[in-house]
Amino acid sequence: MSTVQNEWPLWEVFVRSKAGLDHKHCGSLHAADAKMAIQMGRDVYTRRQEGVSVWVVRSDQIVASDPGDKAMYFDPAEDKVYRHPTFYELPKSLDHM
Amino acid sequence: MYTQAMDTIGKDEAPKALRSAEEAQLQERFDARIDAGDFIEAKDWMPEHYRKTLVRQISQHAHSEIVGMLPEGNWISRAPTLKRKAILLAKVQDEGGHGLYLYAAAETLGASRDQLFDALHTGKAKYSSIFNYPTLSWADMGTIGWLVDGAAIMNQVPICRCSYAPYARAMIRICREESFHQRQGFEALLTMMTHGTEAQKAMVQDAVNRWWWPSIMMFGPPDDESPNSAQSMRWGIKRVSNDELRQKFIDATVDQAKLLGVSLPDPDLKWNEARQSHDFGTIDWSEFKRVLAGDGPCNKERLAARVKAWDDGAWVREAAMAHANKQAMKEAA
Repeated sequence: MSTVQNEWPLWEVFVRSKAGLDHKHCGSLHAADAKMAIQMGRDVYTRRQEGVSVWVVRSDQIVASDPGDKAMYFDPAEDKVYRHPTFYELPKSLDHM
Repeated sequence: MYTQAMDTIGKDEAPKALRSAEEAQLQERFDARIDAGDFIEAKDWMPEHYRKTLVRQISQHAHSEIVGMLPEGNWISRAPTLKRKAILLAKVQDEGGHGLYLYAAAETLGASRDQLFDALHTGKAKYSSIFNYPTLSWADMGTIGWLVDGAAIMNQVPICRCSYAPYARAMIRICREESFHQRQGFEALLTMMTHGTEAQKAMVQDAVNRWWWPSIMMFGPPDDESPNSAQSMRWGIKRVSNDELRQKFIDATVDQAKLLGVSLPDPDLKWNEARQSHDFGTIDWSEFKRVLAGDGPCNKERLAARVKAWDDGAWVREAAMAHANKQAMKEAA
């Protein structure tokens, strides 16, 4: 919408909440460069020890699937119930397999 | 810290008649998703009026968080103990953080941060009128936490289920952090009421007397004077009506006031056995409208402080960007 670009670029912030877990998207922020984005990511999103690691990536570098194609794109998996373990009926004695 | 029901203030034009069959179909699909309780994400199709309503509400909410830092910032250097100073600093920092989450949510709808700031700084955008009242004594800090943040939480919890997902996600984060704001306020007042001198106790009562009415105005005009509420309810932006939230807040606060040992400045406030709720006196909506329109005790001061902070920081923002560009060029070379 804005034509004049005075503001710092937008970054997406991902935080690993504790060792062993994956990084999870938690929001975005404006920062002049990567170093500042990491530092602000810490200040804005981990004020209560919510994280042990922060990733940042420029928002304009993210490539996403088209939400308009959601059905066409993801529904083909819908009728493939045989990909789930519950599809298979086994004797009671083996049901924990 | 939130804001009164801001969705009642906008002057958006009525939604335009639909242009094409394709758009009618998109609209139909959108309505069905709302009815099914689905969340709407940033890149999903949405009616223009839905987008505008959200940009207005979310940005006004963000502005309120940012301007809300000012009345409390006023007391950081004068907090009575190091503990209270650390708590107040953490709270004010939280408000700044909440503003940032919300600006980011508004930006997903296509508004730029510069546009949003510009609307605030030129007085085009509103923020919660509660912040146009002065913070006269230390007891105001506790009272803001107890009443203003208390009302804010009551307002905000239903927005965690807002149909627009980026807003809902920001609200979940905010509500999780906000609970400490109300508790620290009540505890600060309880300390003064339990261990304080008579003068300190009187200070608490004075603060409660000044903040009570503005606090219950935060829920916005009565339901029959909230023309946009029905549309916001239809869209799942608003989940609970202004009057219902206000009643819930008053009912919860009466017992807390008793525990604290303060009175609430409303002679008509009494339990109604038949309604199983408290009746309360008439709210002076002319004051609400006056403060919102710009004629409150601190409107000019608040906006001037905000604009000054922004202008004084311009060289820092420019220098940081220039440095980043220079480093990027060096790397490229």
